[in-house]
Amino acid sequence: MSTAVNAAPVVSATKPRRARITPAKRRQYGAAYALVLPFFIIFVAMVIVPLVYAGYLSLYRKRLIGGTSFAGAENYIRALTDPLFLSGVGRMAIFLVLQVPFMIAFALFFALALDSGMMRLARFSRLAIFVPYAVPGVVATLMWGYLYGPDFGPFAQISNALGLGAPPFLTQTGMLFSIMNIVNWSFIGYNMIIIYAALRSLPSELYEAARVDGASEPRIAWSIKIPAVRPALLLTVIFSVIGTFQLFTEPKLMFTLAPNVIGTAWSPNLYAYNVAFVNQDANYAAALAFLLGIVIMIVSYIVQLSTQRKERGS
Amino acid sequence: MDTETTLTFWTWVPNIQNEVKLFTTKYPKIKVNVVNVGQGAPHYQKLRTAIQAGQGAPDVAQVEFQYINSFTLGEGNLLDLTPYAPAALKDSYPGWVWSQVNTNGGIWAIPQDTGPMGLLYRQDLLQAAGIEPPKTYDDFAAAAQTYHSKNPKSYLVNVAPSQAGQMVAYLWQAGVRPFSFDGKQTVKVDLANDQAKNVVKYWGDLVTSGVASNDTDFNDSWYQGLANGKWATLPIAAWGPVFLQGAAAKTSGKWRATDLPQWDPSKPVSSNWGGSTDAVLKLSKNPIAASQLALFINTDKESALKMANEQFLFPSMNEILEDPSFTGQESKFYGGQKVNEKFAQISKTVGSDFQWVPFMDYVYSSFNETLGKAFSNKTDAVAGLQAWQDACAKYAKDQGFTVS
Repeated sequence: MSTAVNAAPVVSATKPRRARITPAKRRQYGAAYALVLPFFIIFVAMVIVPLVYAGYLSLYRKRLIGGTSFAGAENYIRALTDPLFLSGVGRMAIFLVLQVPFMIAFALFFALALDSGMMRLARFSRLAIFVPYAVPGVVATLMWGYLYGPDFGPFAQISNALGLGAPPFLTQTGMLFSIMNIVNWSFIGYNMIIIYAALRSLPSELYEAARVDGASEPRIAWSIKIPAVRPALLLTVIFSVIGTFQLFTEPKLMFTLAPNVIGTAWSPNLYAYNVAFVNQDANYAAALAFLLGIVIMIVSYIVQLSTQRKERGS
Repeated sequence: MDTETTLTFWTWVPNIQNEVKLFTTKYPKIKVNVVNVGQGAPHYQKLRTAIQAGQGAPDVAQVEFQYINSFTLGEGNLLDLTPYAPAALKDSYPGWVWSQVNTNGGIWAIPQDTGPMGLLYRQDLLQAAGIEPPKTYDDFAAAAQTYHSKNPKSYLVNVAPSQAGQMVAYLWQAGVRPFSFDGKQTVKVDLANDQAKNVVKYWGDLVTSGVASNDTDFNDSWYQGLANGKWATLPIAAWGPVFLQGAAAKTSGKWRATDLPQWDPSKPVSSNWGGSTDAVLKLSKNPIAASQLALFINTDKESALKMANEQFLFPSMNEILEDPSFTGQESKFYGGQKVNEKFAQISKTVGSDFQWVPFMDYVYSSFNETLGKAFSNKTDAVAGLQAWQDACAKYAKDQGFTVS
């Protein structure tokens, strides 16, 4: 009741205020819109329009003989029963479950270690862990591709010299882990920086209070720091979910080393690319891309929902 | 040819400006913009996009032999050059070359370079193993066995599980004609016939018995293998000898070139892997000038010789294949052998009438997942061949072709 009473004068007060917008204010508003306008023009032209166009494409079917015809949901139905697409999504799900926790755990560990202030050469370490992220994915994959080489790669040479035979980096079973390793190498530093930045922004009074209460450093990390950086952790997890399902560069480049292992559909994105540019079926590729987007949204939402539940529970 | 004209020419041949310059010197009113939009796949993607958009396409474009059909499909994007080319042009080429560009009643492109298949081998390694360069496939299989038992870390040959082009060349040599296209909507996809089964069984057996390796080719590991004596022979096209000089420079002087092994040595046959043409697009507003450009740079003797001797594109025309300045070159890398002469002889033995389907991209890509996978996993190659056939036939049907 009281809110309604309080609200009434506010409403009446806004009316005259709106009419009283000064020319100076108006100029400021104008400037604000002018400043965001370039972004929106590019956003609409480069994201919204192509997205709508891809959605439109995905409803049609174009064949080399017979031309274009309306297909309705046909492409989507085909994708949902396409073993190549489904196995790619499945592979990425395994990738997600195995790789992301590992990567986030290491990133968190390094961030806590750096933040504890008990490390020597902290600045150097921070940079060293982060540098792999600055290496472009293409270069990283080429470099690891060389290291994995079954004949002349250094690991293979060492293992051959010991009489163990070539390590199975580029085989059917090994490839998943080889690519996980590349992604870990590249992205642990990136995620560490996000978590580290969140840690640095925490007020130090919290730690001091905990120390006064006699908490040890690991205890502070576990009970204060980790709960406090939960939003940052959630952010890194969601980025990783999106990144995983969109995996493309690594398998695309590994293809030249092990074409029979990677094939055309190792990851769903790679499959969509091959469908569009090798099979020349842009319509089906558009449907695959849309479905992949939906999968990513669902998984991201589940991740977010589950953490919210936890927060509510605690 | 005397009016002011500007042509656009998409090609990835390095230094082609040299040949274009000869053309513009002869026809000073014509200007040519040479653009390299990428090699292979990206080139075709951009070309297809420009054709679909109806603008921005070049007047003349490089097209590899096996992709010509993908541009003559439907209403067709290539200009039939019959009215623009001299009637006797046919006689300037070995029969098999002409049959690549003259299909379904039209001349769709002017041949540029070719890739007749030969066998490069390490003379030193074979000699050390007491092996003569094998003349037949039976000898070749026996030699693979002997060689590998004497050199456990090295192989006579590699069977690349990623190289559909090479496998197609093996099939071509054995007389298999797996593809055809009637220019409208009927294609033939006949990869798994008995002849083809024999060929893939042959290579599959070499792999499963362990006397041939099954490494992916054209990557760093393969280049290093070539330079370090992992293989004693390399079955490759006529563009291979120059490529090998770059990839395995430190083995200079140790290689020689000869014919591929034969199924029937009394009738030596070879095949082709690679090579390209220049085609004129229907969209071109200057069909006369464009077709003359395509013709001139590839058939004018000075221009064609320049391409052969300076850019090392293996020639398609008889006149160049017989020219002493081309055939007479002695190559140090091959111990002073006249390698061009050898491959020029081979060019005359390439089996003719080999055709393509209009979706070779898919056929090649599917190879990696079917027959190539069988080589890679050392499983039944004939089953892999059948899987390749099935995948290609299914794709053709899905795309609306009638498959015969």
